Amino acid sequence: MTRSYPDYDVLAKWDTVSFDDKTRHVLRKRLGETPPRRFFSEEEWALMEVLCARLAPTPQRGGPVPITCWLDARLHEGDTEGYRIEGALPEAEAWHRGLKAIDEQARTDYVRPFIALDVETQVILLKRIQKGEVDARVWHGLKAGDFFTSTLLREVVGIYYAHPAAWSEMGFGGPASPRGYVRMGLNEHDPWEAREAKPGGARKPRGSGVA
Amino acid sequence: MSTSASPHDPVTPRAKDGRAPDVFVPDGWVPMRCHADTEEVDFAIVGAGAGGATLAARLAEKGFSVVCFDAGPYWRPLEDFASDELAQEMLYWTDPRITGGADPIALAGNNCGKGVGGSTVHFSMVSLRFRPEWFKSRSKLGYGYDWPVTYEEIAPYYDQAERALSISGPVKYPWGPPRGPYPYRPHEVNAPGLILGRAADRMGIKWCSTPLATVSAPHGKSPPCVYRGYCHYGCSTNAKQSALVVWAARAVKAGAEIRDMAMVGQVETSADGARATGVRYHREGEWRVQKARNVVVSGYAIETPRLLLNSATPKHPNGLANSSGCVGAYLTTQSGPGVWATFEEDIRWSKGPPNMAVTEHWNYTDEGKDFHGGYAFMSQGPLAREWGQNLATSRGLWGEDLQRGMADYNHTMGFVPVGEVEPRACNTVTLVDDEFDQYGLKIPKVTFSYSDNDKRLIEHSVKFMGHMLDAAGGRDQWRNDDTSHLLGTCRMGDDPRTSVVNADGRSWDIPNLWVCDGSLFATTGGVNPSLTIQALALRCADRIESLARRGEL
Ligand SMILES: Cc1cc2nc3c(=O)[nH]c(=O)nc-3n(C[C@H](O)[C@H](O)[C@H](O)COP(=O)(O)OP(=O)(O)OC[C@H]3O[C@@H](n4cnc5c(N)ncnc54)[C@H](O)[C@@H]3O)c2cc1C
Ligand code: SF4
Repeated sequence: MTRSYPDYDVLAKWDTVSFDDKTRHVLRKRLGETPPRRFFSEEEWALMEVLCARLAPTPQRGGPVPITCWLDARLHEGDTEGYRIEGALPEAEAWHRGLKAIDEQARTDYVRPFIALDVETQVILLKRIQKGEVDARVWHGLKAGDFFTSTLLREVVGIYYAHPAAWSEMGFGGPASPRGYVRMGLNEHDPWEAREAKPGGARKPRGSGVA
Repeated sequence: MSTSASPHDPVTPRAKDGRAPDVFVPDGWVPMRCHADTEEVDFAIVGAGAGGATLAARLAEKGFSVVCFDAGPYWRPLEDFASDELAQEMLYWTDPRITGGADPIALAGNNCGKGVGGSTVHFSMVSLRFRPEWFKSRSKLGYGYDWPVTYEEIAPYYDQAERALSISGPVKYPWGPPRGPYPYRPHEVNAPGLILGRAADRMGIKWCSTPLATVSAPHGKSPPCVYRGYCHYGCSTNAKQSALVVWAARAVKAGAEIRDMAMVGQVETSADGARATGVRYHREGEWRVQKARNVVVSGYAIETPRLLLNSATPKHPNGLANSSGCVGAYLTTQSGPGVWATFEEDIRWSKGPPNMAVTEHWNYTDEGKDFHGGYAFMSQGPLAREWGQNLATSRGLWGEDLQRGMADYNHTMGFVPVGEVEPRACNTVTLVDDEFDQYGLKIPKVTFSYSDNDKRLIEHSVKFMGHMLDAAGGRDQWRNDDTSHLLGTCRMGDDPRTSVVNADGRSWDIPNLWVCDGSLFATTGGVNPSLTIQALALRCADRIESLARRGEL
């Protein structure tokens, strides 16, 4: 059984002492803005939208969260971790080359661009790329598995789990300043924490993360 | 709304014109004594982290004139730090670097900060002493290297550091030489820590509440820890006793100048190469030179050797203080493989500091090992984003699989050790000759591979931590691999042929050039390094004072 927190919304704490001005400022930006396309080409952007739909979860409530635009902003501003593995391409180049290779791999194997494949085939192909089971000629020296895991997946997931909808779904406490927590022991909860749904709905969760 | 909601533009220095930020007051200032570039100060210190800020404070308190440079910003935690993993990446050193070798080390947030306070601004606050024998591990335990100092020489400085940082810890610490209680009462252990305790009890080994550098009761202007769990992303409560809050504040109060947003590019030397004369640094768009009678490099185990290598001159073609060839060599880290499991119980490991319970069993037990060295391990508490990235990259989960994996977040627990790693000459920090950073300086390359002994230690820890999780009732175990804490790239020693500096951190080659940070470590032991770094800095300050009195500076 997958655990769930159906009536928890981390943003319900927005006006409480679990949020401070600085955090509200950061999240207002993340929730309210859509950075324009500056790093990816139009084709890359379209491909990224499909890749994000496959790689990131889609929250049960509220639908997909925006990822491509924030990734574009990070790469455009060079706002990433700065280091790279010896012999690896500089980050910007790796992204352009990796996305191109994913598309070429689709064309090589299925004679169609990646975004034109059905979802099932996209998943099969991505699993192969993850394992590095690809046509090396298409990847031009880029290691498919490394690009998939350390670059593409890591960044996509890192942006997804910076979104409050992802926190609400997994029951993560989220922002907690100035008020932190009081009850820290096993099976202990503060009233402003997420309540997990009990199987069969026998026990109605107390509170909803609002305090 | 207060101005505190608008982000601080981290390019413009704050500490200048006779004042520095008051770390305890939004928009607040404290007076700061400032020096002209042309004024030859007693000490120019490069880096205001665990080593540099501590030394700056103590030297200023002893009456020396001090300018301490840091490449990063001077934060005011209350107004600058969000409860947000992504936004707080601003704390990390993310300038270009290359990482290589058979086991490349992840850099950035994983090991190094940029800003006044250094990596302690985002560290986990675990504050442990070395096992006494580790200072002489070659002669007493038969592996590694001897340090040029003994535990007995360092012990008073451990005491001093623990008091200055108001360490909260147990009344009776179960390992090591007899000692009194920690200055502050221990923190209440959170659920992940209680699981470590339960497992340890069932396995018959000792455990305790981790001694932490976050206060369990008010101290000065620091309120007690509120257990918000964002410690890796900066403490917006100011409970954390970072070098920013403790030492930088003390340094400025005692008359030191801290220059933020000031990247040092070279240590300058006299024409004959015999003495350091100051530092060349970049601030507000231009290169300037600060004159100094002594230069101390405290930039972390990557930037410290990088700066010495980047300061090469015709007199010192292989970099400063490098006649031994040890600058950048003997790089060590600490291994940190994770073992994870899910539990029926609700754990909610995001609450409280990440490492609230510890066992040093395998630091103090020498029997039953197929390797040299030791390790401690602690309960863990990663937040949502870090955990999502871990599941994705270590277990290969994405899409709905990742969604299902993350649904267990509140029921997951794990252990990560701080594992001793052998110092080896082949593990290095070197310069990349054809790649330059935003200041036009050659970028560093970190090369690292585990030895067979290191690998045996890792496997031992993974196996043992796995038994612990079993004993506690964890299911569906899995593991990942990681490292932490880089150290050892300008090691201290007794012999100028095999070390960079002596026991005081003074370089063998240039008598007024010093090193004071984690680069000094001859071996790493199996505990987190910051308390030892600070103890070494405190000792160095006392040694400098007595050398000065004798006219030997
Ligand atoms: C996530 C994390 C958790 C940790 N947890 C713990 C823990 O629980 N316990 C523990 O003991 N240790 C911990 N550590 C390790 C600890 O923080 C470091 O070992 C320690 O801070 C290193 O001290 P240092 O003086 O060598 O360098 P730092 O504290 O990193 O300071 C170096 C400073 O120098 C500045 N600098 C570098 N080069 C230049 C230059 N050329 N010019 C100007 N300024 C420069 C940098 O900006 C930086 O501020 C942790 C580290 C991390 C990353
Ligand atoms: S848990 Fe304590 S030390 Fe950590 S960020 Fe919160 S208040 Fe600071």
